Amino acid sequence: MAKRKVPGINASSMADISFLLLIFFLVTTSMNVNSGLSRRLPPPLPPGQKQPDVEVNRRNVLVILINSQNQILAGNNVVAIQELKQTVKDFITNPTNDPTLPVITPVKFPEIGVVNVAKDHVISLQNDRGTDYQAYIEVQNELVAAYNELRDELALNKFGAHYNACTQQQQDIISDVYPMKISEAEPKNYGGQ
Amino acid sequence: MSRFRKDGGRELPEISTASLPDIIFMLLFFFMATTSMKEVTYMVSIRVPEATELTKLEKKSLVRYVYVGQPRQDLIAKYGSETRLQLDDAFADVSQLEEYVTQERGTITGDDPNQMVISIKADRDTKMGIITDIKQALRRAYALKINYSASERGKSY
Repeated sequence: MAKRKVPGINASSMADISFLLLIFFLVTTSMNVNSGLSRRLPPPLPPGQKQPDVEVNRRNVLVILINSQNQILAGNNVVAIQELKQTVKDFITNPTNDPTLPVITPVKFPEIGVVNVAKDHVISLQNDRGTDYQAYIEVQNELVAAYNELRDELALNKFGAHYNACTQQQQDIISDVYPMKISEAEPKNYGGQ
Repeated sequence: MSRFRKDGGRELPEISTASLPDIIFMLLFFFMATTSMKEVTYMVSIRVPEATELTKLEKKSLVRYVYVGQPRQDLIAKYGSETRLQLDDAFADVSQLEEYVTQERGTITGDDPNQMVISIKADRDTKMGIITDIKQALRRAYALKINYSASERGKSY
């Protein structure tokens, strides 16, 4: 019984095969990461129940309306998209203690100390069925931008670093100071198709 | 006198390519791990809106997509140019969305199905009417975590 020697498998084509695989994956995959604006929807109303009238102080609510011509009404004023961020920031912080802006109360936070915050503020975003999606996203974007800027300012002020550079714990404290309160109301129809 | 050799002499040893497959395989695995396969074939044409304050979608296994837009140029003749909804690879109606969400929730394994994120990929010229309908349907289906897909401003592609 003479043992046959097993011939070594030629592996020189291995490189070609793996190159082919590599190129296949390069072509079929998309590198771009999916990104967007994250939101949380309110839970559904039980069937047959009307939207409850929640008693909120009028001054604590900023109603932002976008009509079918993509014009923006914030509170009682028509604003341009560029002005919206400042309007929202003023609304959230109420720096001058304006009686038409939200009630501010001093609240003590760990590590930061006492900050005047508008605890009960709500931004209510309403749109028409004819509003353009791009306009809607722009408004959503400005709202997030306003919050992000406020958080960043506070982080720089208190911790000496940008919000994103802070530790998780610090970020939690800051987002407690400026919690994002954007309510996407029940759909309604606002004039003009 | 001179000890410089003019006519070569020693031959250069051949470079071994035995490790080439390993290198290529490493590259391959890198790309496989970092990229995502194309999700579906688009039946609708979508140019997502632009924004600046974006968050990245982190766990790919938890994300499901809803596509909204006009049917693609070559499909307009067949399906008309009205804004449509696409789920997976086919056109769908808003009324099918609830069922789709429930069904997709069952496919999430290993993670909490309640963490499912619905990403709304809609064309920027879409009217809000259909988006509102989608949002209401998602609320009814208890898919409350949503994401409005958008691209970085100035970097659209």
